[in-house]
Amino acid sequence: MTAREATLARIRAAIGDAPSVPAIPRDYRVRGDLEAGAAASLFAQRAAEYRAAVHHTGLDGVPALIATILASAGDTRAVVPTGLPADWLAEVPSSVLVYTDDGGMTTEDLDAVDVVVTGCAVAIAETGTVVLDGAPDQGRRVITLLPDHHICVVSVDRIVATVPEGLHRLDPTRPLTMISGPSATSDIELTRVEGVHGPRNLDVIIATAG
Amino acid sequence: MSDTPAPTAPIHAPAGVGMLRGARTFPEAARQALGDPQLRHNLGHATATIREKRANVVAEVADWAELRNAGEAIKSATMATLDEQLIRLEHQVTAAGGVVHWASDADSANEIVARLVRETGSREVVKVKSMATQEIGLNDALAQAGIDAYETDLAELIVQLGGDLPSHILVPAIHRNRAEIRNLFLRAIPDIDPGLTDDPRALAAAARRHLRQRFLAAKVAVSGANFAVAETGTLCVVESEGNGRMCLTLPDTLITVMGIEKVVPSWRDLEVFLQLLPRSSTGERMNPYTSLWTGAHRGDGPRAVHLVLLDNGRTSVLADQVGRDALNCIRCSACLNVCPVYQRTGGHAYGSVYPGPIGAILSPQLTGIEHNASLPYASTLCGACYDVCPVKIDIPSILVHLRAQDVEVKRARRDVPTPESVAMAAAAWTMTDDRRWSRAQRSSRLARLVGRRRDKARGLIRSLPGPLAAWTVARDAPRPPAQTFREWWARERSSDGQRR
Repeated sequence: MTAREATLARIRAAIGDAPSVPAIPRDYRVRGDLEAGAAASLFAQRAAEYRAAVHHTGLDGVPALIATILASAGDTRAVVPTGLPADWLAEVPSSVLVYTDDGGMTTEDLDAVDVVVTGCAVAIAETGTVVLDGAPDQGRRVITLLPDHHICVVSVDRIVATVPEGLHRLDPTRPLTMISGPSATSDIELTRVEGVHGPRNLDVIIATAG
Repeated sequence: MSDTPAPTAPIHAPAGVGMLRGARTFPEAARQALGDPQLRHNLGHATATIREKRANVVAEVADWAELRNAGEAIKSATMATLDEQLIRLEHQVTAAGGVVHWASDADSANEIVARLVRETGSREVVKVKSMATQEIGLNDALAQAGIDAYETDLAELIVQLGGDLPSHILVPAIHRNRAEIRNLFLRAIPDIDPGLTDDPRALAAAARRHLRQRFLAAKVAVSGANFAVAETGTLCVVESEGNGRMCLTLPDTLITVMGIEKVVPSWRDLEVFLQLLPRSSTGERMNPYTSLWTGAHRGDGPRAVHLVLLDNGRTSVLADQVGRDALNCIRCSACLNVCPVYQRTGGHAYGSVYPGPIGAILSPQLTGIEHNASLPYASTLCGACYDVCPVKIDIPSILVHLRAQDVEVKRARRDVPTPESVAMAAAAWTMTDDRRWSRAQRSSRLARLVGRRRDKARGLIRSLPGPLAAWTVARDAPRPPAQTFREWWARERSSDGQRR
């Protein structure tokens, strides 16, 4: 008998022939009762509470804002995924070296980069969370992990109010990363400290269409 | 042969491997912990901080009660169909390019992981904090196989560098304060800046520098899993620091060791647990990072992805219709932080990687009650653990159930009559007869003569005489009142039942 068969046999013996399977009461809130604008401002407030730097702009203001954030952070080497809208970097000065990761950059290459710029799949207002799913405007997981600074552009139509709404929009078979503020630890006296292994600085740009 | 167990017989976690059994009983270990004022200060400070954070973020969720009901039902439904769920999970993980392994116990899981690491040619692994791998003693087993395992979670790193043991589910180094951690880092981390301060920010930065090269060079990672979705084959790790993302993303090979009870049936179930867990655990609306992966993703992350499904006594917990709810635990540790016993003794006294109220019901069931017989008594049955449990595990009732089991086991071994059973029989004889009870109450007033004058003034007896002394070894007894309630009642009320 293999360990698999033995384990399954033990489980069946333990639960018996006719185990009662309770129905799942799903009368918890699935949809938030917020209008689109209210969800965006709640998202901004909650993301900021977790020490993300939050910015608001129209979609046409994104290039200038990205350039400003890079300059004030002093970032000189940036990485972007292949599908990032090209105009988002249009105002970044030529003194900033921009790599486009097509999957070929090594971890050493990425470790030497200051900043990564991505879009996002979904943002969840109530928890201040952005979710990346590896789509072309977000790239593979490692590019948002090794640089110490992450700039994430959140289009307003990607913002939902609740966790159930957020998960509903996601494809579980993609590699998913949910991010709520910069990396943090509470391991020393349960005091929250931002900045351990993941990016220590997170800028979130909330972009309104038009 | 008559003494060969049937293949379906429940098996407990084996002795001699892993971390489920303490060398001492709970009262013995607790006595030492209670004598350590620094430990009690560290614990008091940390648990008070987290209790307040949790209470704040739970209070803002209008449907918390509904979420708990759903969480409880999802877990109970999972356990009732566990065989089915695991087969679905195995199918989906395999279809997505992962490899599923089954381990009946700790030894078997350790062998599987060691073999998988050896097959990569690597002699070291980086680890994400994982209760399951602590439970089975994986690091020791890998060391015996010539493989170095490096913990990367800050608290686990603190525990590993200090040659220490974890004392809390969420914050394994909760028993250490910042000054102690600074001293440990100065001693144990090579090339550390000797000017390191005890600012938590500086300590976290030191851990970042220490582990950076190790992450970049890692070929193999070992993780646990908070949840595994049977419907999709998706595994989920919830974390804060980014060490989890490093381990789940950078190496070529990822080996996940997961207790069989961590499976949930559907993707939708995560919408419940990803609300319940962070708020109950770190007291945050959401933890900084949650990673979800389904098999191996082409061009993104590890190319070889393994899942080891671990029993190690879980099926014997499942076989107990009352005790099985302990398997519903999502390891948030809220019950530790509210427990008046845990807050004072800390986690080491429980002798298991699972401390606190949940440990007191889980460890004895995983090992068999005879190996952790003192743990079901490590509680005042106050019920605070039940109130905060995000999946509504009725821990007090299971504690009482296990106490009864312990008495049964001892009776079967003819260890009886125990002092408790004699006392209980005597109490029953006295309390079932009105005259005997009145006499007993009057004579108990003699106890007012016992003890020192200063304690008497505070209404306490520090140490009872004779065989009763055992009761006051670890607690004070209240001084009996000068007048019993029955006497007061008789005097307060006239014969027609009216107040005088």
